[in-house]
Amino acid sequence: MEKYSITSEEIDVSAVINSVIHPEAGAVNTFIGTVREFTKGKQTVSLQYEAYASMAEKQLKGIGDEISEKWPGVKTSIVHRIGMLAISDIAVVIAVASPHRAESYEASRYAIERIKQIVPIWKKEYWVNGEEWIGDQLENKAYPDGKPEEGSK
Amino acid sequence: MITVLFFAGQQELIGENKLERPESHIKISDLKAKLMEEYPKLSLQHTMTAINEVYAEEEEFAGDNDIVAFIPPVSGG
Repeated sequence: MEKYSITSEEIDVSAVINSVIHPEAGAVNTFIGTVREFTKGKQTVSLQYEAYASMAEKQLKGIGDEISEKWPGVKTSIVHRIGMLAISDIAVVIAVASPHRAESYEASRYAIERIKQIVPIWKKEYWVNGEEWIGDQLENKAYPDGKPEEGSK
Repeated sequence: MITVLFFAGQQELIGENKLERPESHIKISDLKAKLMEEYPKLSLQHTMTAINEVYAEEEEFAGDNDIVAFIPPVSGG
């Protein structure tokens, strides 16, 4: 299995976990992001993810490399789904295997925050009475330098 | 020739996911200005740019056969 991938298929959580397990690991932390029905009182009916897949996979691998630099010995796999998703469907799985538990929590948190900053994936929310691309330039943050910040090394 | 890619709301707005442009050497900020002139509803001020899948600054130049992607604020995860 590719350790960093964008897929239109259902994500096989066990396969993601198995891809990072190694003999030096003493902890595996798995983060599963699912589709939430209510956001600030607004009811989501379904959700669509789109990606610039080839670049997104490179960025995911870049996050894995940043993690290995920050926390030596930590192995990471990140798989993000695209296409139409229903409530409670799995959108993203991050598995992090590390020698000790502390860095598995930290690295997992780091991975999801970086995904939200630098990986070209967009979601469109469909509500009962409308639809909208989330993160569009009208309602979300701007990038004053024209690009996101580099990872701190 | 430069290939320009659009995503998400911007793709819906201009009705194309890809444009082939005749330019062979153009600064990203100039390309943005040109496109916003041609598509008055398109706003690229807060949009990041990638040249051949690597994030690029506004002052960088795109050249012949480059693929320029406009990346509106992302919302994965």
